This record gives sequence, structure tokens and C-alpha cells, in this order.
Amino acid sequence: MAIEMTGPATMAAPAGAPRDVIGWLRENLFSSPLNSVLTLISFGLIVLVVPPLVRWGILNAVWTGGLERCKAVQGTGACWIFIAEKYRLILFGLYPFKEQWRPLLMTVVLIALLAASMNRAFWRPWLGLAWLLGYLAMGILMWGGIFGLAFEDTDKWGGLPLTLILSVNAIAFSFPLAIALALGRRSDLPVIRMICTGFIELVRGVPLISVLFMASLMIPLFLPAGVDINKLLRAQAGIILFTGAYVAEVIRGGLQALPKGQIEAADSLGLGYWQKTGFVVLPQALSLVIPPMVNSFIATFKDTSLVIIIGLFDLFGSARLAANDPAWRPFYVEGLLFVALIYFVSCFSLARYSRYVERLARQGDQR
Amino acid sequence: MFRSGAIWAVAALAVVGSVSAAYAGPTLDAVKKADVLKCGVNTGLGGFSIADSTGKWTGLDADVCRAIAAVALGDANKVKFVPLSAQQRFTALQNGEIDVLSRNSTWTLQRDTKLGLNFTNVTFYDGQGFMVPKKLNVKSAKELNGATICVQTGTTTELNLADYFRANSMQFKPVVIEQQQEVLGAFFAGRCDVYTTDRSGLASTLKNDAPNGGADYMVLPEIISKEPLGPAVRQGDEQWTDIVKYSVYALIQAEESGITQANVEDLAKTSKDPAVQGLLGTPNAEGKTSGNGEALGVDEAWAVRAIKAAGNYSEIYDRNIKPLGLERGINALWSQGGLMYSPPLR
Repeated sequence: MAIEMTGPATMAAPAGAPRDVIGWLRENLFSSPLNSVLTLISFGLIVLVVPPLVRWGILNAVWTGGLERCKAVQGTGACWIFIAEKYRLILFGLYPFKEQWRPLLMTVVLIALLAASMNRAFWRPWLGLAWLLGYLAMGILMWGGIFGLAFEDTDKWGGLPLTLILSVNAIAFSFPLAIALALGRRSDLPVIRMICTGFIELVRGVPLISVLFMASLMIPLFLPAGVDINKLLRAQAGIILFTGAYVAEVIRGGLQALPKGQIEAADSLGLGYWQKTGFVVLPQALSLVIPPMVNSFIATFKDTSLVIIIGLFDLFGSARLAANDPAWRPFYVEGLLFVALIYFVSCFSLARYSRYVERLARQGDQR
Repeated sequence: MFRSGAIWAVAALAVVGSVSAAYAGPTLDAVKKADVLKCGVNTGLGGFSIADSTGKWTGLDADVCRAIAAVALGDANKVKFVPLSAQQRFTALQNGEIDVLSRNSTWTLQRDTKLGLNFTNVTFYDGQGFMVPKKLNVKSAKELNGATICVQTGTTTELNLADYFRANSMQFKPVVIEQQQEVLGAFFAGRCDVYTTDRSGLASTLKNDAPNGGADYMVLPEIISKEPLGPAVRQGDEQWTDIVKYSVYALIQAEESGITQANVEDLAKTSKDPAVQGLLGTPNAEGKTSGNGEALGVDEAWAVRAIKAAGNYSEIYDRNIKPLGLERGINALWSQGGLMYSPPLR
């Protein structure tokens, strides 16, 4: 079997290579009886799954035209026309159709800022200023109400911009909160310790979905008439507090992993609490916990899709909304694949970036 | 012990007091002050409330929102659509997040009383039915003993199904799935013999989702539940209840009187029919108007705006429900054998 499989490869490979191919196969795929069996099973699965998928997704798929063409291939081929028909609804949710250049521009600004912030060469004070200006510009774009832009309330925000706003804010604001909570939980002052521990345990003890429900349904019951806190703001605050509690525990793990000698060394140098924490403890503790922290942030990015239950249409919610159209409903899988691709690209970039930051952090150790 | 109990009681009273005080105020004033009608709709149900490809809300329930806004605010575009899940909908009305709920909600006694709501009208008479593949060779739901049945969770559909089979001493095996698309996928893949949901849903499924344009499937004649769907408001504001109620009745009466979106403005000027004049607030031969608007607390052209905004009931139905593949049936006018009936608007 192994020889049969290498046949074509031998033909295709340049002279001298065949031995290497056979050797590579033997070493990596057929090194033991168990490995050989697993290789054959995997190969069989690939043969079973990939051709139908290619047939459905590419060969039999329809790319242009109208609903009738999709109906003709229903069940045998993918209807990518669904994406062409609904992409603006999926990407921008219920934002007024004519004004959708505004969330588009906002997304571009936000992604540009994120990309700049990821580059170490840009880690300068002016980056903070850029973020401030960027937030101002993004706010103006999304809300409008000045410079001749029509005012659009937050209940119309949706799609990818909403997902990005919710998750970027959640990550940006939960991080300092988490540091404060983690330090507070290890504080020598009992009141602070109890408050921080109580908060963390309380928030970790309930699912995000119930935090959102509380934020959207219960809070208005306790507010006096006429006082109305924005629903998006309530959801955003809920997500920040929730993420904060989880990341706090991750950071506490880093704090605990730090050798006691480091703190004693800082003490013996005569550093005060804030100097010790800022220069010795946190930099080391945080670089230790980059992977689990990024893990939490990726989870947060995806968890923002839960806001659909309080009637906000994030990327996933607006894809579902698009797929609820009775005429196009049979092709909802294509819509879900489309947003899955966006989610994957985002999360994968975040994961790759965390590898880069880890390497940066390790450079310090190697010096 | 007693003291702490008393303190809690006072605290609870204070909360309840402040809550109910928040709703005692006339809703119409609040709506006018905000200059927008907050209307609770479904997060996406074809024919009733669904965002089209450009993000505009369409559907029967959405059109009812527009008609109410046209009556209360004079502008059908002053609607803030608040998409709500099934779990959220009544709370959102109770806590003042919305002014009116127009979200395919079934009118039941307990919702009308215990939940503190008032259902104002029925805008669509629905009922639960069954769909089967033709090759199963079943002609009646009574023959479904032992069938495997696909049903969506979290709705009254599941309860009605169990009740019906118990009442007819039959057995069934439920396949319970949360997402509609997945239920349909399971049914058309043959995982169950029967699919059950509201008749409107079955019609739309047969037309849009079934392979071969639905030629291999049929809907059984039995309707096992009554699902009168209509708008609801908070209890305790009679004026607002009346405005919502008669906004809808105006649409039904308009169909009966032959008033359409296209001719309503002409008829308001030219009609000599007293019924039409009364509805549209046209002064009669003696120069007197019907006074309907004054009685409702709005101006006399209220019905003209409602009809102009959404069209009469049959126009709304033809635009939204008919494309689902559902004929008028019991939702026809009373004069055509249906149940749609408006009290005299005078």
C-alpha cells in the first residue's frame, strides 16, 4: 500500500528526491503498525470528506444570478449568491443602508489602529493620542449628529463593527480592571481583598448570558421613569466586568508563579509598593500569562455573539437575521460559513500575534 | 427578626411602587415627547417582522408598528423597532423598554391578566398544524400514532403537541431542536415523519424550504390549537390601549370600505359615504367631523395617515403573508367568511 501511494510522487519528484520522499513517509506516516493504520484511516476520511465538499462548495456552486439559480442547485451545490445578496446586512446589520459607508470607515480606522498598535516600532506616546483621536473619529462616524451626518442611535449598530466595538472595548477596559482585581485579591488589606474576591467569585459564578439578561431586562426595572441607560452601554459594561473577572484570575496565576525572591529582591532595593509592582512584579507576571490571557480574549471575541439574546445584532446575529428571510432560508449554511471565515481570520490573527508578543517577552529573558 | 422583615417589606414596596409609578403616566405623552414609537418586534420571522436585504423592517407586525406611529406621531417613519426574543418580549413591555409589542404573540387569558398586559386586537389567526411527506400516505393527524415528530423548543408548539396526542391517546416520539433551520434540515433529511408548527410557518416551509417546490409534502387538515396573534400594550393606560386598538381596526375597516393606500387621500376629500367620512375624519354635509380623533386624543386625520402608511389590511396581508404561500382563509373579512371584523368606527 505504501509503495503504491508513493508511486505518483516518485514520478513527479526530481531526480534524487524519491529516496527522501519514501524516507519521509516511512519516518512520519508509517513508523509503526499503529501509525500506519492511523495514516490509512485518515487518508480514507480525507477521500470520503474532501471530494463531496469540493463538489458542493466549488464545482456545483453558483456564484452569480438570482434566487432561481440557487433553487436549482439546492442540496447539491452551494449558493454563494446568498452572500452577494445579503453581505451588507450581514456585515453592517440594521445600520441605515445609505449610511453604511460610516461603519465601514469606522471598521477601517479601528483595524488600522489595531494593526499599528501591534507593531513594536509604533509603541510611542503618540500612539495613545492616535487612539484618543481614533475613538473620537469612530464615535462621530457611528453616532453622527454633527458635520451634517444624520444621528444614528446605537440600536441600529450591528454586524462586524458592533462585534469589533464590543470585543475591542471589552479587551481594552477589562485588562486594567483585571490587573486591579488580581492585585487586590492578593492585597494585605482585608477589605480590598474581600471586595475583589467577592466580585471575582460572584461574576465567575454566573454565565455571561445571565449577566446580559440582567443588564438588559432587570436594570430598567430599578431605574426611575425617564432614566434610560443605553442598551449597548449596558451590554458592553456587562461584558467588560465579566471578562475582567476571568482575566483577573489568569493574572493572579502569573502573580503566584513569580518566585518570592523577586519580591524580596525588590524589597531589599528599597522600592515602594507601586514601584515594586510596576517595575518588578507585573512585567514578569504578565509575560508569563500571555497565552492564557489571549485565550480569554479570543473567548471574549466570540462570546460577544451572545448579545443577540438582548436584541443586538452582532456579526453572527445579523447573519442569522439574513438567513431568516423565508426565500433565502434554505441557504443559511453559506451565510454561517461566511461569518465563520471572518471569525476564524480574526481569532487566528490574534493567536499569531500572541506568539509574536511571547517571543518579544522572552527576548528579555535571553539577554 | 420582625424588624428586618418589615424593612424588607418596605424596601420591596418602594421598589414595586416606583416601578408602577413609572408606568402610570400616559404613554401617548411619553411617545410624543420622545417623538418616536418604540415597537417590539420579532428578531426575524418571515412575513411578520424581518429585515430585508437593505436592513429595512418588513412584515405584518412591522406594518402595524408603522400604522400606530402614523396615528400617534403623524409620521410612519418615527418607529424604533426593538427586536426581542421570545423570553424578553413581555418583560420589555413591562419595564417600559417598548411602548407596544407587535411580535406574533398569542393572546391568552393569563398573559392578558397576570402579566399585566392588554392584548388589543387580533391581526392574524394562526393555529398549529402538521406536515408530512406524501409518501407516508397519511390523510389525517389521527393516523399519526407512534410517529416521530420534529418540533422546535421553547414554544407553546411543544405543549400543544403533547396535549393533542394525550387527548387522542396516541404515542409519539419528539425530536426537539432549537433552531428553525435545523428542525427543517432534520425533517427534510427524513429524521422525523412529521413536522409541526404554526400553519403560517408550515405554508412558508412548503413554499420556500421543501425540495421540489413542496410537491412531495402536504399539510394535514387538522388544526390543533388556536393562536390569535396581535399587538399588546401595558395595562393601566386606557387611552394608549384605545389608540393601538383603533389603529388596527382602522386598517380592517379600510379594507371593508374599499379604502386603499392609493385612494385614501382622494376619498378623504371626496367621499360622500358616511362610514368613510366618519373613519377618515372628513366633515359631512353640515361641516361636522365624526370626532373619532378627539375621542382617541389625536387629530381627526389619524386614520388617513394609518392607511397611507401601511395600506388596508388586505394590502398588508398580500404584501407580507401571501408570499409565504398562505391564502386568507379565516383571516378574510367577516363578510367573506373570515374572522376579521371591526366594530363601527363612529
